[in-house]
Amino acid sequence: MRHLLSAADLDLGEAVLVLDTAAQMAATQAREIKKLPTLRGRTVVNLFFEDSTRTRISFETAAKRLSADVINFSAKGSSVSKGESLKDTALTLQAMGADAVVIRHQASGAPHTLAHAGWTHGAVVNAGDGMHQHPTQALLDAYTLRRHLVGDGGRADATGRDLAGVHVAIVGDVLHSRVARSNVQLLRTLGARVTLVAPPTLVPVGVHAWPAEVSYDLDDVLATGPDAVMMLRVQRERMSSAGGGFFPSPLEYTRGYGLDARRLALLPDHAVVLHPGPMNRGLEISADAADSPRAVIVEQVANGVAVRMAVLYLLLAGGDTTRGRDEGTSRAGDGQERTDVRTDETRVHA
Amino acid sequence: MTTYLLTGARPLGGDPTDVLVADGVVAALGADARRAGAQVVEADGLVLLPGLVDLHTHLREPGREDAETVESGTRAAALGGFTAVHAMANTTPTQDTAGVVEQVWRLGRDAGWCDVHPVGAVTVGLEGERLAELSAMARSAAAVRVFSDDGKCVHDPVVMRRALEYVKAFDGVVAQHAQEPRLTEGAQMHEGVVSAELGLTGWPAVAEEAVVARDVLLAEHVGSRLHVLHLSTAGSVDIVRWAKARGIAVTAEATPHHLALTDDLVRGYDPRFKVNPPLRTAEDVEAVRQGLADGTIDVVGTDHAPHPREDKDCEWGAAAFGMTGLETALSVVQEVMVDTGRLTWADVARVMSTAPAHIGRLTGQGRPIAVGEPANLTLVDPAARRVVVPEEQATASVNSPFAGRELPGRVVATFLRGRATVLDGALVEGTHR
Ligand SMILES: [Zn+2]
Repeated sequence: MRHLLSAADLDLGEAVLVLDTAAQMAATQAREIKKLPTLRGRTVVNLFFEDSTRTRISFETAAKRLSADVINFSAKGSSVSKGESLKDTALTLQAMGADAVVIRHQASGAPHTLAHAGWTHGAVVNAGDGMHQHPTQALLDAYTLRRHLVGDGGRADATGRDLAGVHVAIVGDVLHSRVARSNVQLLRTLGARVTLVAPPTLVPVGVHAWPAEVSYDLDDVLATGPDAVMMLRVQRERMSSAGGGFFPSPLEYTRGYGLDARRLALLPDHAVVLHPGPMNRGLEISADAADSPRAVIVEQVANGVAVRMAVLYLLLAGGDTTRGRDEGTSRAGDGQERTDVRTDETRVHA
Repeated sequence: MTTYLLTGARPLGGDPTDVLVADGVVAALGADARRAGAQVVEADGLVLLPGLVDLHTHLREPGREDAETVESGTRAAALGGFTAVHAMANTTPTQDTAGVVEQVWRLGRDAGWCDVHPVGAVTVGLEGERLAELSAMARSAAAVRVFSDDGKCVHDPVVMRRALEYVKAFDGVVAQHAQEPRLTEGAQMHEGVVSAELGLTGWPAVAEEAVVARDVLLAEHVGSRLHVLHLSTAGSVDIVRWAKARGIAVTAEATPHHLALTDDLVRGYDPRFKVNPPLRTAEDVEAVRQGLADGTIDVVGTDHAPHPREDKDCEWGAAAFGMTGLETALSVVQEVMVDTGRLTWADVARVMSTAPAHIGRLTGQGRPIAVGEPANLTLVDPAARRVVVPEEQATASVNSPFAGRELPGRVVATFLRGRATVLDGALVEGTHR
């Protein structure tokens, strides 16, 4: 793995390896001394063209717990209307010797361009690009799902396991959601079944090519007993005419697609509720649902750190024997022989 | 003026013959052409076409000389086999007055590489609100006959109706960039399977088709002629086919890129493939090829749209729309239409010279290759193959979607009223000013 740009970059073996590595990382986080020396001397740059304190802090925490040096570079507010600034910023970071660039950008494909335009030699991690991808979110969701639905909430060992047979409903603004796109791909890779639930206006034209079913009726889908419901954030401004007029009113949206106590009660006992955050309480999810014991939303945040530690570790230290760096003494390094290192150079321009 | 003897050339791909070019005209054909003192151009096996005419070129001057100038753009045109280009109106200032169109026309005449016919803006500043002074532009030295807000759609139906009506007074034509603006707000690529995957805002086919349908009906209603630029969807081709069957005076254009490339190319987020209207699906490409083959589509226009490096050397969302095309158009048409047996070279002469000249009401271009006709000629070697290297092209910009691709065919010589602008595939410098 040279970069992590899309959930589609990961095959089954790689995806399971990330989850297993994340589990090992999580185990170290239960210790009193959380910091591992694994990435000592390496520099990780958080390059954020779009505000996301949560994601930035999660990556920053992950990198620091691996002893990497972290540079936070917030490009928001600078002149990013022209893409030049992405190039110039990348060249600057290259000059600073970034080993990994974690990028969040409002333009779909910006991480891909960063990784392939020759502007940086570091590993590129996509921390969310436009409406395209947010692969570490999908990985932390998968990790959370595996822990609960395969590993019995941490009581059983889920190492090496995928999500075969698990049914996940992804509910909300699929059209604009990079979380949905990443999850559909990764969940499918891991063997899960996905049903997308949204008003037709918030489902993209072309969705028929996705490995997922589509429903416009949340109650119908809940009645089939999904193992997990993943609620997507819905921006209130989408209802306005200027915002696209995707639905008539927040109230109508909530009636059709909001997760509330009544709908929560329709779920099987073992089912869990996820949300990538930040939540719009009262719009896509009620307080009852958000704070219920089935909601694993707070746990998702903690799992995000472990998953991002795993991704940074695998990109910067895992399977890399050519750089001759000290890989430290992390448990995650023990016995990890990566024979299936894929590059991302698969997209040929005809 | 030098006299040229083209030996063994195949006019419109037909039987080889000798062609004498003297005093600006085709002076003789066949045995009569052998004349002492003429400079011989070995043309055995080469196809002789009437000089190509582009109805859709962005020369960028005035205003964006960092992307292209009339000089650099017409050098590219000559190398591409063109003897006339229509320079689109979206310059700065806009070509919406007699003064600006005359300026561009003069720049073209001074450059001397090919005829430059400015397109007049339909509306003031391309704003889509008030008609520009179309009559003044028509009666200027530039003698404008083609009017277009290209880059933007004349979306207001009343403005479009008035424009269609008004240009009848001087036999003009409105060339529409068909794009319903509300349906394409923020659009980045064709809306379909690929846009859904890439998370890029879609440019739906219906946004083009709805305007094409409206405009052919408007043209029918007011009895005007309409030219539709860059048809990109199967639905648009169907609508134009229907309109022609109904007797509506509509003509249509296909670009080389919409004949050759699909939206799959966007998967790499390479801004060289960002264009408006966007690259469509393989089914659309096939429909456009079929439309060109069966005559539904009248012309190939390049939509040559140069952009400076920084407008393409960036992430997809920030990049400009457009591709260069003057120096690759003929090769692309050969590859997808001629080498596949869907068009003959005579058809190529029709879609890249005769028909565009007729639509633009040019008198000395797109003429038959016959004794006494103006010697606007293009000699092409269909057996040649070449790899496209944008940095080696004459256009000032490098945003070619065909970079690195091997294409068939090479323009060997271009003659503008008997004067060679290109010989041996290279520009002939210093003879024309
Ligand atoms: Zn256009």
